[in-house]
Amino acid sequence: MNVMPLGVFELSLASLLVLLLAFLSFWHRLEIERPLLIAALRTTVQLSLVGMVLNVVFTTTNFYLVVLIWSIMLAAAGWEVMSRQKVRVKGAGRFFIGTSSMLLSSFSIMVITLTLIIKVEPWYSPRYAIPILGMLLGNTMNGIALAMNTFTNLAWNRWQVIEQRLALGQTSSEAIEDIWRESVRTGLIPIINSMAAAGLVSLPGMMTGQILAGNTAGEAVRYQILIMFMISSGTGFGVILSLWLMRRKMFDARDRLRLKEGFYRVESAGSKK
Amino acid sequence: MNGLKIENLVFLQRGPYSLSVAPGSVLGLHGASGAGKTLLLRAIADLDPHDGQLWLNQIACSDLSGPQWRRRVAYLSAESLWWHDRVGQHFSEDPDIKYLQQMGLDSEVMNWEVNRLSTGEKQRLAILRLLQHRPQALLLDEPTASLDQNSIGRVEAFILNYLKQNSAPAIWVSHDMTQLERLTTNRMEILPGGEMQVLA
Repeated sequence: MNVMPLGVFELSLASLLVLLLAFLSFWHRLEIERPLLIAALRTTVQLSLVGMVLNVVFTTTNFYLVVLIWSIMLAAAGWEVMSRQKVRVKGAGRFFIGTSSMLLSSFSIMVITLTLIIKVEPWYSPRYAIPILGMLLGNTMNGIALAMNTFTNLAWNRWQVIEQRLALGQTSSEAIEDIWRESVRTGLIPIINSMAAAGLVSLPGMMTGQILAGNTAGEAVRYQILIMFMISSGTGFGVILSLWLMRRKMFDARDRLRLKEGFYRVESAGSKK
Repeated sequence: MNGLKIENLVFLQRGPYSLSVAPGSVLGLHGASGAGKTLLLRAIADLDPHDGQLWLNQIACSDLSGPQWRRRVAYLSAESLWWHDRVGQHFSEDPDIKYLQQMGLDSEVMNWEVNRLSTGEKQRLAILRLLQHRPQALLLDEPTASLDQNSIGRVEAFILNYLKQNSAPAIWVSHDMTQLERLTTNRMEILPGGEMQVLA
């Protein structure tokens, strides 16, 4: 069984739709055409390059090569998380808080899945290990970026309330508990929603891909459920870990708020360069 | 010596400040806006990093955690903030009705929405909120600035009574010299440069 072949001509046809949308944006001065076209170009270039690399990698089972690719993926995700933050930690923490949280949550869940659940031989087989980490990282990255952004933004805006609660003798975790709760929820709601809507509203991307590639629906569904469980737990653990690290940066050992000293605010985060 | 004792307190290039307040007595603190009265109170409450030593009833600040110290040495900021919807949610238990009456507050005020409160009511409730955990010393930053004449008298009497009953020392910051003369025997002034001098 094979997928219907897709060539450059077919893709160019599809790209006409994006161009049409860009034109509409230009015409109505929506000012979204530039980021849209740049993102479309990035998708094309990045995915084509990755396709070429993966073609080579899939033919080998070199552990170190797989580790190298994992590291590049992780660094890219860490960079993405950082650049979406409006309020950032001063120093190296602005990159490492998000990155180390993703490392711990996504990697450990990937290893558990590959060794104990899928049981592929060897466990780092690139055909499994790379796409699975990619799906995990992609979702964890979104969750962590949302949660961290909510956490620091709310703290930045409500610092006076936090200080007043500290002045009443509350500990740092008590003084920030409502912001903490709101941030965890914000990070997890997208994945909870997509688990709840899966199958009814949308067929998730991986499952769609497997079905298009000719797999049985039953097989595709089982894999999808597995992926959903991994993604939601990986996102949850990653979000909690990143906020925990963030909170440690925000308060000193005597539970004083160090927001203005340890953080700074960028004006243009999120809106693409 | 019991009471609040401050020795060589240095913070944000200010100080050193050394002073002590005896149990049950009030130190009045006067000074132009921007002279650093609030910063001094924040440093004593251990909300800002500082050098030097702080003691309350012979227990050093450095021997307690930050929150433990702040529960004993309570700082009332000039503006009160409220983070829950209802007043009562900010209290671990509803204060005695007697206290609400002494403060001139409605007996149902604990069930009110916060945004229904006037500035003056907020301020009086902030004092009750501060006192609910029985702090052993008070740092009061303009506690009566937003109150009318009638409430000022109630609040002054209420706080002085609390200090007397609990043998608690207090530092009272005010722009109003006549208020400080009425309430305190010891008064100090912070000059715009940050030096502190004793007022006659």
